[in-house]
Amino acid sequence: MSSLSATIQDVFNEPGCGKNANKSEAERKKGCTKQLQPGGAAGGCAFDGAKIALQPLTDVAHLIHGPIACEGNSWDNRGAKSSGSNIWRTGFTTDINETDVVFGGEKRLFKAIREIIEKYDPPAVFVYQTCVPAMIGDDINAVCKAAKEKFGKPVIPVNSPGFVGPKNLGNKLAGEALLEHVIGTEEPEYTTPYDLNIIGEYNLAGELWQVKPLLDELGIRIFSSISGDGRYKEVAYSHRAKAAMMVCSKAMINVARKMEERYGIPFFEGSFYGIEDSSDSLREIARLLIERGAPEELMTRTEAVIAREEAKAWAAIASYKPRFKGKKVLLITGGVKSWSVVAALQEAGLELVGTSVKKSTKEDKERIKELMGQDAHMIDDMTPREMYKMLKDAKADIMLSGGRSQFIALKASMPWLDINQERHHAYMGYVGMVKLVEEIDKALYNPIWEQVRKAAPWEVAGTNWQAVAMAQMDAEAAALAADPVAAEAARRAKKICNCKSVDLGTIEDAVAAHRLIDVEGVRTHTNASGGCGACSERIDDILASVAMTAVPALQAAE
Amino acid sequence: MATVTLGKKACAVNPLKMSQPIGGALAFMGLRGAMPLLHGSQGCTSFGLVLFVRHFKEAIPMQTTAMSEVATVLGGYENVEQAVLNIHKRTKPEIIGICSTGVTETKGDDVEGYIKLIRQNHPEVANLPMVYVSTPDFKDAFQDGWEKTVARMVEVLVETPRSAARRDPARVNVLPGCHLTPGDIEEVRTILEDFGLEPSFLPDLGGSLDGHIPDEFTPTTIGGIGVEEVATMGQAAWTIAIGAQMQRAAEAMEKKAGTPFKVFERLCGLGPNDAFISFLSEISGRPVPLKYRRQRGQLVDAMLDAHFHVGGRKLAIGAEPDLLFDLSSMLHELGAHVTAAVTTTQSPVLARVETDDVLIGDLEDLETLAKARGCDLLVTHSHGRQAAERLHIPFYRAGMPMFDRLGAGHQLSVGYRGTRDTIFHISNLIIADHEENHEPTPDTWRITDDAAGHAAATH
Repeated sequence: MSSLSATIQDVFNEPGCGKNANKSEAERKKGCTKQLQPGGAAGGCAFDGAKIALQPLTDVAHLIHGPIACEGNSWDNRGAKSSGSNIWRTGFTTDINETDVVFGGEKRLFKAIREIIEKYDPPAVFVYQTCVPAMIGDDINAVCKAAKEKFGKPVIPVNSPGFVGPKNLGNKLAGEALLEHVIGTEEPEYTTPYDLNIIGEYNLAGELWQVKPLLDELGIRIFSSISGDGRYKEVAYSHRAKAAMMVCSKAMINVARKMEERYGIPFFEGSFYGIEDSSDSLREIARLLIERGAPEELMTRTEAVIAREEAKAWAAIASYKPRFKGKKVLLITGGVKSWSVVAALQEAGLELVGTSVKKSTKEDKERIKELMGQDAHMIDDMTPREMYKMLKDAKADIMLSGGRSQFIALKASMPWLDINQERHHAYMGYVGMVKLVEEIDKALYNPIWEQVRKAAPWEVAGTNWQAVAMAQMDAEAAALAADPVAAEAARRAKKICNCKSVDLGTIEDAVAAHRLIDVEGVRTHTNASGGCGACSERIDDILASVAMTAVPALQAAE
Repeated sequence: MATVTLGKKACAVNPLKMSQPIGGALAFMGLRGAMPLLHGSQGCTSFGLVLFVRHFKEAIPMQTTAMSEVATVLGGYENVEQAVLNIHKRTKPEIIGICSTGVTETKGDDVEGYIKLIRQNHPEVANLPMVYVSTPDFKDAFQDGWEKTVARMVEVLVETPRSAARRDPARVNVLPGCHLTPGDIEEVRTILEDFGLEPSFLPDLGGSLDGHIPDEFTPTTIGGIGVEEVATMGQAAWTIAIGAQMQRAAEAMEKKAGTPFKVFERLCGLGPNDAFISFLSEISGRPVPLKYRRQRGQLVDAMLDAHFHVGGRKLAIGAEPDLLFDLSSMLHELGAHVTAAVTTTQSPVLARVETDDVLIGDLEDLETLAKARGCDLLVTHSHGRQAAERLHIPFYRAGMPMFDRLGAGHQLSVGYRGTRDTIFHISNLIIADHEENHEPTPDTWRITDDAAGHAAATH
């Protein structure tokens, strides 16, 4: 376990991650434990994150060492696509029982690896650690090592049991497993000046294939994909690539950065969501490859492809623009796609109402701000009721979000589109953007909305739940507007730190009384941010706004 | 008849089984204003949540105590306490249902003790109904989690009536197994009401996960049976348990309230429904309504039409024990041969499945057996889709999860009508398969050296 905690510390020290780099030593030690509150909303665990990141490797057998819950409740539930092997969609688990818990599960794990190799003969087996075997002390590193020696085949330990942290940490621990055990262990048959690694792209709904034809046309070879439609061997020799593109925001930044450090492979962070993002990414790929020795003419050809594809996509989208005039979108999504989708929607002429940044990193938020100018509405903690009100007030005509929050929109009889991993459509590159616009149009103008919004014949107007909810919220707002004291009390009662239950008023008072200027000071005096630390950004905002109001006061005093 | 064997593999491949705690959580979802809480790491809840969302296509209430590595080792009192207080504060539930998981059972957290302590220390939750069930992931399966949880709900929530003489003859308790869909529960409710009976379902997924538009947004369950109604279930004249798994809860009810019970192991098929309808007629003292006499006739006619297609089919079925017993028996009664049967956990009904052996195993086992024994009809949950593609045989989705088709919550298999529709559905799959893959050609019966044996085997 000591090596696991060392790895976690290493991941927390990731200099490529702005969020971690900005933390104090003490905060960093605690890590990205933006861990959820007991009884607060649920997110995935570190094991989930590790599996999400690696499972798209299509020819690998992914073996989950743990009780049935970890694999039995969740296997074959990802929308990634494969152009070859389907073994990644096979659920393998040791399904440990009571006896294993008492006597240890290492023997069963070893036998399980043998069974997989005998029956399925994959190029590699990835073994995922989970909470229960981690607790009873099963040493998966040792078992994997022994199995590798015995069977002469790579058996890779992925040490990311659920209870070490959230999904996001699991993504990075998965990257560490690749860096430690896979990358650089094999050599390619040949290399070309056009060899590109794509890191952090999972080929959901086959969207990588919306971009690959363009790369093919330019002669750029996807040398290794980590991990969408990837192969074990490709990852093993990925250290010989000329350049890399990191797609999925921060999920695998450690892989991209350490490959640059160890093997001198330069990378950039880009996106294929949206027309301009796609063009920028193609240019950046060409630029990096040329820097590493590809002929200059690659850029000319790239520009030609960009010009052609942009013209085609714009023409396709242009026909929708009049239909989207004045239409507003409520975008609710996690870190992966927030910033990339914002740009894409604006290109289609849609107006954005707000974007939730629950899972986004600070940098993601900065990007959104940059893209949306000062109008960015950051909706951190919207209740379903507020969300409904927002939709209902016609502030939004359609909601785009991940699968789990769809029911709020649908039950409110509002158009909705899935943009997270469970979606069935691919939205990457130029064709993907056109597809997204087409889907939004289909959802917005479907004739069902008018029908489902109609009251049942026996319903009395103004008594359905929608009307009641609206009236209730209006009444609350009116009561506050009429009573400044209550309004101020309500404002001050807003919870800033959920872990330690500290409200805005307490923090403002402490800042004023002790002339606090940083989060550490606030923590010392109020204990806010003394838990998971996730609220430190909100506290920063409070400090900024208090400073703003304090300046005129000082000037007046002078 | 059937012998039950336990798989000997070290590695389960393509699991059929799901875990116990989420079976328990689903049972809690049949209570009104409930918040199921898994005492484990956040992934335990998250995986279950995603599974249910994909199956029901509904918002699902489910919470976690978010156990970290350190909390797991030191014990989870603080996490359970925080979770209960947070849930109470944020979602105002009428009941919190707590299931343990593998992580917290390995440590051996005394959750019953924790609850007592939480009630003592926090007066605001002193009277909040809370039910705790021990459901380690490394033991048993989904169905067992449901079974234990419903039994526990009866033990904790049902009040012993003051006088047995005051039993209400019209009231009937129904304890449905987890193999019944919300649609099935609605059907049973209608049937009972047609006999003038007043059923209380525990749990009542028909009220909560039937896909209705709620009156208001609540983060807890919308609909389902209320805690106060559960408390009065002891006054009912009868308890009807559906599925052998519910024997335990029915016995708990009898022990608590003296309510007599009858277990109906199956509600799919002609015979089982005759027994069920006769029983209702008997306890209600009413003749069988015309509606059911006609439905019975329709079912008999459906059986006559379908036996041409289903008769002789070699069935490969993978399901939890009660569902396996119900569906395989019904198909056996139409002339199908139960050729491969795989299940998840032990049950007394397995020995009575109409086949030689039932294996407690996974979908790899089912696929291997189906292939070796030449099965030509596959019945299992959605995870059978890969096997169906490789086996290239008609595939009827039954059980949970069913994430790749719509209407999982309304798939009906109980009653005369539900049986009739199920028979039509399966027969149509067989007919379509015949049209698409087995239309005769001039070469179908041609005798060649290597095809001689093969043709004989398939036709």
